[in-house]
Amino acid sequence: MKRHLWFALNSLIVLGVLLLIWQSGVWLGVPPYMLPGPLVVGEAVVNRFPSLIRSLWLTSEAAALGLGASIVVGVAIALAFAQWRWLRCLLFPYTILLQTVPIVAIAPLVLMWAGNGLLSVALVAFIICLPPIIANTTQGLISVEENFLHLFLMHKATPVQVLLHLRLPHALPHLFTGIRISAGISVIGAITGELFAGSSRVGEGGLGYSILYASGQLETDYLFALVLAASALGFCFFFATMFLEWYLLHDWHEANRSDIPE
Amino acid sequence: MVTTPEIAIDQVSKQFRGGSLALDNVSLTVEKGEFVSLLGPSGCGKSTLLRLVSGLTPATQGTITVNGIEPANARELMSFIFQDATLLPWRTVEQNVGLGLELEGVARPVLEKSVNAMLSLVGLENLAQRYPRHLSGGMKMRVSIARALVSRPRILLLDEPFAALDEMSRDRLNEELLRLYAEQHWTVLFVTHSVAEAVFLSSRIVVLAPHPGRVAHVVPIDLPWPRTADTRLSDAFDEQVTHVSRLLRSVQAAAPEAR
Repeated sequence: MKRHLWFALNSLIVLGVLLLIWQSGVWLGVPPYMLPGPLVVGEAVVNRFPSLIRSLWLTSEAAALGLGASIVVGVAIALAFAQWRWLRCLLFPYTILLQTVPIVAIAPLVLMWAGNGLLSVALVAFIICLPPIIANTTQGLISVEENFLHLFLMHKATPVQVLLHLRLPHALPHLFTGIRISAGISVIGAITGELFAGSSRVGEGGLGYSILYASGQLETDYLFALVLAASALGFCFFFATMFLEWYLLHDWHEANRSDIPE
Repeated sequence: MVTTPEIAIDQVSKQFRGGSLALDNVSLTVEKGEFVSLLGPSGCGKSTLLRLVSGLTPATQGTITVNGIEPANARELMSFIFQDATLLPWRTVEQNVGLGLELEGVARPVLEKSVNAMLSLVGLENLAQRYPRHLSGGMKMRVSIARALVSRPRILLLDEPFAALDEMSRDRLNEELLRLYAEQHWTVLFVTHSVAEAVFLSSRIVVLAPHPGRVAHVVPIDLPWPRTADTRLSDAFDEQVTHVSRLLRSVQAAAPEAR
């Protein structure tokens, strides 16, 4: 408990120092349209709170949709990859290709196919989330030790039993590693999508749209607020999945020990 | 009346896909209730032989029968215990022990009764709800043994089950294994590279020679039963250990260099 408090205190000190460095830029005379101080940004957050929250909501909705879809589709693809080796050899390079293609280059294409709106934005998030899910889950499904398979065969287990009682539970920590990676980048994907798709609803837009708008209007203070909100959102996504992972796996999985590491 | 031997290995050879010969013309008969240890230096194919008997891999040449039938069809008679405990980490001790029965579709009340009986037999009833990561190496092995015994096998196949344990845990588990053996009368095929362990446990030791694996010596162990911790202190035990060690060393000295 004492260690917890110590960590919290240290983090707060770091935050204070960072704010101080930021504010000192203002004191040194950098103009506010280049670098608005923390107080000005705070003011922008308070003044435009409803629209900021609305943007956050729209972006998280698209990111969550994309992430959710990537989990469903990614696990299905991983199951197929684990089941058929030839399929894996044939298609695995393309999942890596999907990861290396810059998402900003795909986003306009997606927009052309799916039109303005939520669907496009979620699709961009989906595309960026998919490869880590596929790669990690496939790895988990196929990396089962041979002795475990022998054990199941000695009991005449059916392929379905091997899948349900051995491969899937064994793959679960790997799947969560994939989800954790994808959760953070799903927000990036959604914002990238919004940069191109404009607004996902008529007359209002997510973080990406608002960032473009604010920079166009030279509202640097609000732009700062949006950037902070965007990273806070990615942070929340990441920790939400980490908590879920801990909750589901801490009973048995070594990496999810309930005690705090030294 | 001619009785069918529990395990009959007749002129069996095993060649791996890479071309190396793991076993060359091995013949061995194990009668019901015997405790036979397979002893030999690495590369003698002792683990391979065990896997052939279990029916997990087929022999290249020769025939193996278990209770008169093909090993792959006799799996419900056999239980296999691996070198590492191979416990499923997401299952509690209780759920691990019940795994085999669950896969075979045994009804829940029957399963629970068998599992509980087995847990108290090996002294694990207090750990039933624990996950494997909370257990020591010796405890994990105990769970693994319980899991193998819960389906009431006639034949027990053990592949260096205690090799990774410290000597004290190993001795204790050896004594426990013999206690259960005396109660349940299985036929046992036990792979080890420890001479003392083989002498303590076995009614017969088969010494295998390496490269390619073949039977070099068969040594009956006539130490009196029941064997306890005191057995290890007797002169007769020392003599047998010395005798078998000599045989093992001669086998190693005569072997061509490992490729």
